[in-house]
Amino acid sequence: MKRYDVIVIGAGPAGLAAACEAYKNGAKKVLVVERDKEPGGILNQCIHNGFGLHYFKEELTGPEYAGRFIDLLKNTSAELLLDTMVLEVTGHKEVRLMNPRDGYFVVQADAIILTMGCRERTRGAIGIPGARPAGIFTAGAAQRYVNIEGYMVGKKVVILGSGDIGLIMARRMTLEGAQVVACVELMPYSNGLNRNIVQCLDDYNIPLYLSHTITEIKGNRRVEGVIVSEVDNHGKPLPGTEQFFDCDTVLLSVGLIPENELSKEAGIKLDPRTKGPVVYENMETSIPGIFACGNVVHVHDLVDFVTAESQRAGAAAARFCKQANAPQNSGESIITIENGDNVGYTVPQHVRTDRITKYVEVFFRVKRVYQDSMIEVTSGGQVLSTFRREHMAPGEMEHIVVPKQFLEQALDSKIVVSVREAEVK
Amino acid sequence: MKQLICIVCPKGCHLNVDEQNAYAVTGNSCPRGAEYGKKELTHPTRVITSTVRIKGGNHSRCPVKTDRDIPKELILKAMELLNDVELLSPVQQGTVILSNILGTDASFIVTKDM
Repeated sequence: MKRYDVIVIGAGPAGLAAACEAYKNGAKKVLVVERDKEPGGILNQCIHNGFGLHYFKEELTGPEYAGRFIDLLKNTSAELLLDTMVLEVTGHKEVRLMNPRDGYFVVQADAIILTMGCRERTRGAIGIPGARPAGIFTAGAAQRYVNIEGYMVGKKVVILGSGDIGLIMARRMTLEGAQVVACVELMPYSNGLNRNIVQCLDDYNIPLYLSHTITEIKGNRRVEGVIVSEVDNHGKPLPGTEQFFDCDTVLLSVGLIPENELSKEAGIKLDPRTKGPVVYENMETSIPGIFACGNVVHVHDLVDFVTAESQRAGAAAARFCKQANAPQNSGESIITIENGDNVGYTVPQHVRTDRITKYVEVFFRVKRVYQDSMIEVTSGGQVLSTFRREHMAPGEMEHIVVPKQFLEQALDSKIVVSVREAEVK
Repeated sequence: MKQLICIVCPKGCHLNVDEQNAYAVTGNSCPRGAEYGKKELTHPTRVITSTVRIKGGNHSRCPVKTDRDIPKELILKAMELLNDVELLSPVQQGTVILSNILGTDASFIVTKDM
């Protein structure tokens, strides 16, 4: 059986950054496995610009951002296996895979980095009633058809959900000659970035219906229209508010779910809030030596943050290989980070204080839109630290930097991150 | 006073632009926001990204972009120019495929090695 220091599963932005960083930190035998015929992952179909402002301090398109890391990887001795499907990852860090050239084979790693990304929620996941004609796509599938395969998916489009992919596709379909009649959002706010509302909807006079949803899809062979209804505070359609939109295509941009079949089978502990692996400060999962980063852990808005997270995982995996034969330190103090009021989840979920030098960065999402509010880090009812924010929204991942000294003050090995709205003036 | 959301970066600052006062911008957190606020109300521009046909590559479309922003009102006309372009693989990222788009100093360039 062939043996590697580090095996990375997936050559999207997370996998590429993790592999480069593992190599840079001393892992010499690195293997990256990708099921597609080219590296780059979802960035290949994200042909719009706006990537890299944080990391490269310039505005790149998706393929350009991926290209930078593909070039970096080429300058390492890492092996890249394309068109290869990983069937199973075992808890003993065996990877079982297959491809058309080599058939089925098994490789062994000292450390594994899981970077399988996420996938889109579908019509089935949200249960839209009505007929089941052709013309209903997830926004990302449509994006692949249009931008990579070169097929237009429709002429008159309604988009359900106002996440970034939906907004980007509203503009893309318009530029390619389709008419986007409406973008319909269940929540009273958009989950997309503000800039995308402006440059994808407002620029092309596409109306955004907040607190609305599709309550029926009509059509026999092809979509012929949708019925859109207003919803109340609980997301329940209000009778009497139905309106008909004539369209031949429905695009769904209704959320992303981390893709963790391999993680589950390996016996890695998952977090029901993120639907990704529970991770420590260095992106290590519940199985020592198996790391995870990027959208497989929690869905990010910006690839720049995926890169940063993946570099931490890559460096940690390389470090793990070096220490593989060192005795395990079982008496480590582990702090659990919990989400308190108005916070949906935190990543990481656990911190080993001895393994951080100065601070730990904690990422999370808030449950609704907040103006002028306070993020509080508490332990046993005591406030350890507060952070002020002028604006927070569920669509924008938040992060705070918690110094090590605060973690050392934690009672019962537990800290809580919560959000408190400032008093209304 | 006009209110805008800055689109320069994902932060999306809420800008106030004073048209009466030389388009002075407040609410921005960087100089690029001030520049955007003024430009958006005087002559708005955008970078366009799209694809063109390619023969002999892994896929049948090659992604392209304008190498700088072009006036907003030229977007649809610029898109039409791409209909007649067909590339032959291999192409390198950064290769110019159309220059001086509609009399501007912007060019369409390839954004992926194919």
